[in-house]
Amino acid sequence: MKRLAGWASAALLGSTALANAEGMLNLYNWGNYTNPEILERFTAETGIQVTLTDFDSNDTALARIRQGGHGFDIVVPSDTYIQTWISEGLIQPLDREIVTNLGNIAPQWMDVPFDPGREYTVPWAWGTTGVIVDTSVYDGDINSIGLIIDPPAELQGRINVIPEMSDVMAMAIYYHGGERCTTDRDTLRAVRDTLMAAKPHWLALDYGAVDSYVAGDFAAGIYWNGASMRVRLQNDNFAYGYPETGYPIWMDNAAVLTDAPNRDNAMKFINFVLQPEIAALISNFARYSNGITGSEAFMDEEMRTAPEINVAAELAEAGRWGQACPQEVNDIHTQIWTELMQ
Amino acid sequence: MHGHGWKWLLCTPALIVLLLAASGPLLIVAVYSFLSPGNMGGVVWEFSLEAWFRVFFRRDIFEPDLVEWNRAHLQVFWRSIWLSLQTTFICAVLGFPTAWFIATRPRHTRTIWLFLITIPFWTNLLIRTFAIQEMIRNNGTVNAVLMWSGLIDSPIQMMFTEFAVLLGMAYVFLPLMVLPLYAAMEKMDFSLVEAGYDLYASRLNVLWHVILPQVKPGFIAGSILVFIPAIGAYVTPRVLGGGRTMMLGNLIALQFGQGRNWPLGAALAMLMLVVVVGALIFYLRVVGRNDEARRG
Amino acid sequence: MARSRFSITRLPGFGLIAVLTFVMLYLPIIILVVFSFNAGVSQSRWDGFSLQWYQAAFNNAQVRDVSLRSLWLAVTAASIATMLATLAALGTTRVGRFPGQTMIYALINQPLMVPEIVTGIALLIFVAAIKVQTGYTGMGYLVAAHTAFCIPFAYLPIRARLETLDNALEAAAADLYASPIQAFRYITLPLMVPGILAGFMLGFVISLDTVVITEFVKSAGQDTLPTYMLGQLRRTVTPEMNAIATLFLALSLIVVTAFFLITRTRGR
Repeated sequence: MKRLAGWASAALLGSTALANAEGMLNLYNWGNYTNPEILERFTAETGIQVTLTDFDSNDTALARIRQGGHGFDIVVPSDTYIQTWISEGLIQPLDREIVTNLGNIAPQWMDVPFDPGREYTVPWAWGTTGVIVDTSVYDGDINSIGLIIDPPAELQGRINVIPEMSDVMAMAIYYHGGERCTTDRDTLRAVRDTLMAAKPHWLALDYGAVDSYVAGDFAAGIYWNGASMRVRLQNDNFAYGYPETGYPIWMDNAAVLTDAPNRDNAMKFINFVLQPEIAALISNFARYSNGITGSEAFMDEEMRTAPEINVAAELAEAGRWGQACPQEVNDIHTQIWTELMQ
Repeated sequence: MHGHGWKWLLCTPALIVLLLAASGPLLIVAVYSFLSPGNMGGVVWEFSLEAWFRVFFRRDIFEPDLVEWNRAHLQVFWRSIWLSLQTTFICAVLGFPTAWFIATRPRHTRTIWLFLITIPFWTNLLIRTFAIQEMIRNNGTVNAVLMWSGLIDSPIQMMFTEFAVLLGMAYVFLPLMVLPLYAAMEKMDFSLVEAGYDLYASRLNVLWHVILPQVKPGFIAGSILVFIPAIGAYVTPRVLGGGRTMMLGNLIALQFGQGRNWPLGAALAMLMLVVVVGALIFYLRVVGRNDEARRG
Repeated sequence: MARSRFSITRLPGFGLIAVLTFVMLYLPIIILVVFSFNAGVSQSRWDGFSLQWYQAAFNNAQVRDVSLRSLWLAVTAASIATMLATLAALGTTRVGRFPGQTMIYALINQPLMVPEIVTGIALLIFVAAIKVQTGYTGMGYLVAAHTAFCIPFAYLPIRARLETLDNALEAAAADLYASPIQAFRYITLPLMVPGILAGFMLGFVISLDTVVITEFVKSAGQDTLPTYMLGQLRRTVTPEMNAIATLFLALSLIVVTAFFLITRTRGR
């Protein structure tokens, strides 16, 4: 009985987000990624109440939605996962009657390999994974992944690597001249040996590292561009490098779920964030670019001039899209990773 | 009385919740460990023993015909167990005197002390872990104080070491040791302690032969509550240990996340369950046997 | 060294270790509180005093929501878990061995033995199926999951307490013609209170920290403080979180003070 009473009061308290309510929208996005001002403006303009729920990884989000019964309308997965979302029918094509701002997407982000012609998704934010270096410790060329996987003496023992298996593997494979999902055994063997040799020089494999860089715990690492910019703004010894052998470009994209209870509201929201001014709000909050033409004009000054955000032309071509590798390749990566961390 | 029915009746509400929210799901995990991994996570409903094979053995990545023991997995298992044992030991060493201290305060202040143990845990685990990080990092509080006092010249590297992990785990799990110990001590019969001293027993003798047997139930409860969750610890090794070496919790999370091999994750989790249950039975047996030996 | 008064409760070194333990527990907490008043975004460099993070936390509707939801969930789950655990402890302690006892013991402790990620995934599959079937997406799932997870933490201290109680007291009550219910109400229950209190407090803090299970079970709009924090982990954790943590500490102090005042007046 007590439990029933508990459930009843729980229902009152927790489920403001019940399906099908008029004027509702349930957004399922990465944590600390959604500028509250966007939601306020959207509500002011349309009267639609937005409920924001966070996820912490692509795998969590995919697992949640696959199982059904989730009640979400919009999800924001990364590029490498989009094909899975589409092929499993989890997200629906954009309604071009409502989403009229598609033309605002910058041409280079329109025909992306994971969603050619933007049938299903629109850009939310994009960035790169590169290296961050304390230039007061190491003053050589910073556009090299070798700083991390074959580190010079002054950086040894002061390196942090984000624990993202796919990014780290990708950069090591590019270093050895391989393709992202290569099955070439010699390349993979070289990758493993390089990583095993580099591991003793790594101090940590840690995400929440902005403070640790600022405080001087780490002198170099594999890191995301936006986070590196946060580090630099607090400690200008740090600089962000783009490995010339190849570095991952990634993009998080908003899409409407197939079983969205508030489909039309979701399409309206998608259209809403395609406005340059709104997209700039995303960038100012998340510290990543957005892929919408004309949004630069509304961005903070420090974003517009940041070398982490604006890739120099000669380094741009080394950037490569990620790719979800086939299970058997991913298995090899996991095995190497497990060996590395055992 | 009327048989055992009423005992079951008292347990029923708890068992219903546990069956629904813990055992049922566990059954799913057991089933998953015998299936094949799906594309990008999940499972395919095809029977397979591959996951269980991979728990114990590995085919060489480059020479698939070469099969050997999966040393990586064994090492992670062993590291987790060893670290949990150390954590339990540290918690016991710190927790026993602390619980004793609380239990021997005047009656009306005991609750206050008890609350004082739990208050730090009203803050979020991650926040607490970050605060510990702040304390022990190279230019953190502890190093600053040590350098200021002239005890050391350059900062001691504490972060991202096993010491940091142990410190963090002891911190996180301490109340799980103190509270059950306190609950047992609070009701202790001090006349027996007095009798011990009357018979000219040393303090150590009284502690060992009079006090410890009386608080043993609390001690057992405490060590179970510390040891078992410590084996699956995830956040502390990752943040304070820097994630350089994997613990069991991290290895299993890897399979369900970036590794996208749910059956392997499920099999590893089932094996962990078996190991923990085995350890628990062994522990209770040993403790129980001592009991009988004492009586006999 | 001769002491003027021999205390039987004194054990050499215990006081010192206890004090050191308390210092160790509170050092990080003090740092956390101090940095919640930091003017800068850094958690490691002091940039002057400011209340801006409190202001930011109050103005952030999501932070407000998740904090209240966490508290509500912890109180609800810990209360239910403590009640169920107390009943179960009464059914399994001091009653002699009976068939199925070991199984009950194993079942009760089962949530402890599986890492959160595994329980989380398993619950996701299980709960999602129910959600699809019933269409109910309320907080009930989280309450049930947290309750189940809290039960062993509440059960073990209560059981430990019960085991140290003397059967003779209830026997004496029965001799004095007290009904079993009276004996329970006036003898056993009051004696169990420290165990129950310890169990509730453990359950409460465990629920406050339960993150992975919540992440997988939650429906839209059911983020708790830990899942909100988890979402931030890859990005930056703002000092807003320090401010929230400090507010939780302040709240806990209010609860403790209130409890102290109530028990003191009753004691008179």
